[in-house]
Amino acid sequence: MEHEAPIHTFMGLQFNLSNVLMITVSCVIVFLIAVLATRALSMKPGGMQNFLEWVVDFVKGIINSTMDWHTGGRFLTLGLTLLMYIFVSNMLGLPFAVAFDHELWWKSPTADPTITLTLAVMVVVLSHYYGVKLKGAKRYGAEYFKPFKLFFPLKLIEEFANTLTLGLRLYGNIYAGEILLGLLVGLAHKGIFAGILGIFPLIVWQGFSVFVGAIQAFIFTMLTMVYLAHKVADDH
Amino acid sequence: MQSLMLGAATGVNGGDILFQLLAFIILMLLLRKYAWGPLMGIMKERQNFITNEIEAAETSRKEADKHLAAQIEELKQAREEARAIIENAKKQGEAQGESIIKASRVEAERVKESALADIASEREKAVATLRKEVASLSVMIASKVIAKELDERSQEKLIQDYLQEAGEAR
Repeated sequence: MEHEAPIHTFMGLQFNLSNVLMITVSCVIVFLIAVLATRALSMKPGGMQNFLEWVVDFVKGIINSTMDWHTGGRFLTLGLTLLMYIFVSNMLGLPFAVAFDHELWWKSPTADPTITLTLAVMVVVLSHYYGVKLKGAKRYGAEYFKPFKLFFPLKLIEEFANTLTLGLRLYGNIYAGEILLGLLVGLAHKGIFAGILGIFPLIVWQGFSVFVGAIQAFIFTMLTMVYLAHKVADDH
Repeated sequence: MQSLMLGAATGVNGGDILFQLLAFIILMLLLRKYAWGPLMGIMKERQNFITNEIEAAETSRKEADKHLAAQIEELKQAREEARAIIENAKKQGEAQGESIIKASRVEAERVKESALADIASEREKAVATLRKEVASLSVMIASKVIAKELDERSQEKLIQDYLQEAGEAR
């Protein structure tokens, strides 16, 4: 399972083309699911519309559990897109991994820390942006010295810790899941007997990975809302 | 594996970061326009619809209650009216009966009185007639007696005869 990443340099930036491909695939899938489900909107929802409305209500529930709807309503789009994008990304690496010329092309984009940390930094930057926007720079700054001034270094560290844990938790779970899937599939190379023996844990682990992928998407969205609420809410 | 580690020899994949950011933001904007917007619109619409329906149902229920109360009131009134009419009719009937009885009583009294009066006048008339006849008879008898100048016996006999005659004539 030691695959190289297909890295190419373009305009002075390094592109992992596998990531670029998988991000695009994820985005297209999410877009297709969402748009196809909302093509035939009706007052009496059925099928996919029902499912998507359930997702909307689910994210609404997450937001409502962390802040009041007046401030939280604007994050609904963000939460929905995050949840579906991360879930789809997590699922992509499960059925198979495609390696071409010893370069790993098909995998979960979220099995790359660059991607997850990008999302995490985006969320944290957004939380700071909305913190300043909704509460004003003064009250936003005052938050760093609560409950008393000695907390300032801790609060600073907290910001970076939040970012790191948010991104690396997702990356770790998905990456570990894919590594173990790769190892179990790799059993087949050791012999036919080991391969057959490996099928059962493989099935179990794939099922578990679906669960983990869903849970991680939920946790990422939940924590996003918690961090946002932490910055924009008046009391907590 | 190198690219999977932060700060690896190949460096950070700046391109990936940019691409991920752009892709996510574009995805979010596209979804907002083509999926979440319409979806939330219809959810809102449904919410409004349900609210309106509930309100309408409440209004019509209130109206129905009002109508029911009015109906009950009307029914009560009609019943009251009917009772009053019946009572009136009864009273009227009673009064009419009484007046009829009274009138007939008066009529009977009148009839009886007139009958009595008739009887009395008839009797008086009869008595008057009788009297007149008796007088004329007496005159006749007297004139015959005077005219004949008979002896006492024949006179007696004559008187007896006349008397008998008168009595028979009577």
